[in-house]
Amino acid sequence: MVSQDTIRDTGSSGASFYNDPKIRGLIYQVVLFVLLVSFIYWIVGNTVENLRRANISSGFAFLHGRAGFDISETLISYTSDDTYWRALLVGLVNTAVVAVLGVITASIIGFLVGIGRLSDNWLIRKICLVYVEIFRNIPPLLVIFFWYLGVLSALPQPRESLELPFGAWLNNRGFFLPAPIWGEGAWLIPVAFLVAVALCWFVARRAHQRQAATGEQFPVLWTSVALLVGLPLLAFAAAGFPLSFEFPKKSTFNLLGGMQIKPEFMSLYLALSFYTAAFIAEIVRAGVLGVNKGQTEASYALGLRRNQALRLVIVPQALRIIIPPLTSQYLNLTKNSSLAIAIGYPDLVHIGGTILNQSGQAIEIVVIWMVVYLGLSLIMSGAMNWFNAKMALVER
Amino acid sequence: MSHTEFYARDEMAGDERPPAAEQGIVAWLRKNLFASIPDTILTVVGLIIIAMVLPSVIGWAFINAQWTGTDRSYCATVAQGGIQPEGWSGACWAFVGAKFQQFMFGQYPIDQRWRVMLTGIMFVALLVPMLIPTAPRKLLNAILLFGVFPVVAFVLLVGGVFGLQYVETARWGGLMVTLVLSVVGIAVSLPLGILLALGRRSKLPVIKLFSVIFIETIRGVPLVTVLFMASVMFPLFLPAGMTFDKFLRALVGVALFASAYMAEVVRGGLQAIPKGQYEGAASLGLSYWQTTGLVVLPQALKLVIPGIVNTFIGLFKDTSLVTIIGMFDLLGIVRQNFSDTNWASPQTPISGLVFAGFIFWLFCFGMSRYSIYMEHRLDTGHKR
Repeated sequence: MVSQDTIRDTGSSGASFYNDPKIRGLIYQVVLFVLLVSFIYWIVGNTVENLRRANISSGFAFLHGRAGFDISETLISYTSDDTYWRALLVGLVNTAVVAVLGVITASIIGFLVGIGRLSDNWLIRKICLVYVEIFRNIPPLLVIFFWYLGVLSALPQPRESLELPFGAWLNNRGFFLPAPIWGEGAWLIPVAFLVAVALCWFVARRAHQRQAATGEQFPVLWTSVALLVGLPLLAFAAAGFPLSFEFPKKSTFNLLGGMQIKPEFMSLYLALSFYTAAFIAEIVRAGVLGVNKGQTEASYALGLRRNQALRLVIVPQALRIIIPPLTSQYLNLTKNSSLAIAIGYPDLVHIGGTILNQSGQAIEIVVIWMVVYLGLSLIMSGAMNWFNAKMALVER
Repeated sequence: MSHTEFYARDEMAGDERPPAAEQGIVAWLRKNLFASIPDTILTVVGLIIIAMVLPSVIGWAFINAQWTGTDRSYCATVAQGGIQPEGWSGACWAFVGAKFQQFMFGQYPIDQRWRVMLTGIMFVALLVPMLIPTAPRKLLNAILLFGVFPVVAFVLLVGGVFGLQYVETARWGGLMVTLVLSVVGIAVSLPLGILLALGRRSKLPVIKLFSVIFIETIRGVPLVTVLFMASVMFPLFLPAGMTFDKFLRALVGVALFASAYMAEVVRGGLQAIPKGQYEGAASLGLSYWQTTGLVVLPQALKLVIPGIVNTFIGLFKDTSLVTIIGMFDLLGIVRQNFSDTNWASPQTPISGLVFAGFIFWLFCFGMSRYSIYMEHRLDTGHKR
């Protein structure tokens, strides 16, 4: 009893209240909170004062005002009489287009180069290494300028356009393609495609169930490819080939008609794809190398062929390593698409910047940017997390 | 009638050379380039790519390049008003040579540029021994680099005291701006990132919430918007009459951006430290800051050195974005010079960009090699 009392005594006398971790934590938090609140109060006060003096009314009401500027590339209808709101929407669509196309191209190049880095072929290995080391170590903005100022603007004038196969033309105003004109009954094709997707899902499910029940396998991949290609083709034929092309024609000063892909879009798209592909290549390589060598040996020991071992054993495990960093590369690509402002591709940041200069609504525009990009990030990481959870190791 | 023959060797066989197909250049070629039919096809494709790319690149950059000259006529064909034959295509290194000083210092007064050079030399002299693990007197070196050097560099670059002419930051430019932005950004973002990472793993809800919101907001938006925020919103936040320099605003934007990424890298390292380390430190009676500083961080930072260097490389590349808010870093000043009518020719932009790209590449590649070297050196064998 005595000894316990002494221990308790020394404990209480040695530890003052400010040495209690709980009280300390509370004090730290209160200090941080007070500092933050007073900082925010100071900022808000200054901002309100500054805005009042500059005669800028805060709030998002300005979005309904007339924009009054033209946008060079619009996928949804837009004129300069439309509202700021509509202009921002055009920018958002443009951002989404370049991001989605960039992600697809970067993934394809990245996977090819990443696998090339692991090739048994010395030459291919070195070529892929040079590609990765060049693009990883220069700023993306420089790559964009390289395509825009260095390559695409060095192409010939419209008068001396380069003629490419299939009626396409290339000059310093962009890439001119034949524009497809869909005729009567063309709606059948997307419908057929959707039906094919639904059928694929059904086939995959049935095949999985059958394999679980009987152990028999069904060639899902080839059936799916046949369905996805075959059904739309069938629909195309059934509707009587409702497709014609409008070819760009060369006139004295420019090319008329057809479909024009502007150099701004081309440079941004190419630069983002090539730049991000270098990072994806390294991720793919790390993912494949990250799978234990024993897995490969074990699958050979089970009698799997090389492509079976890859498809059934290596790739599913490599994907688990690959997906999280791949997600952040996709997000990086989306965020890097804001570099469009440097060459004048009308993405969200570029149009927002124009509105900011016109109306002076700095805070609102920056808030819109942040909300949109945060939203895009959340959507994309949500989708990739879902995919990741599907691929993740199911531990029992 | 059985007849049996015995054969027993009573001496060692002499060393045979490996079969001719297994050694020498032929075997190497067969193994690495022509192992199978698909392999051979790949090799041929690779050779075709090289044959297409390499001669034109070498021809452009070296053989056809124009190395000297005083104006655009040296880099333009006759039809474009120059002296080169029709169809000529080569790098215009004369442009880079003529503008080299500007690419390095921007509009910094010419008679004051020794100050920038001196700062650069001091930085290299202090940094190199810091980076060589076996160099002696690390503590003194660190004090000089992190304590004394920033003050000296500030005085030298900005001036205004000790009889040095004041040079406003608007006149800074070129590689100098790129380096100042990235070095200060790195120096600020590492400690800030560590604090944010510790905050994110803290048990105190307010601190944790603040760190999470800060990190995730910054990481969710592009650097361009952060820079815009720094250039158009910071002035609104300050009381009337109080301004702060555009350069400083960009610096704050870059540093905050990098620290959010740094925080996530450091957090990865913190998560890899087993719980036993904390318990061990607690049983020794160490306080939170002692545990963190003496036990956890040394191990955690060592684990994430590659990630930290990657963040540095990203920061270095990202400084090029300040050209969007109207500052002239290396890329910005190279681009600004494309519009110089004295040098405008079809070859000028691409030559300037290749030069800028090469400089950026040198720095980034150097950093990544150093990180690989340190990774091998610090690999104490505990990694699984």
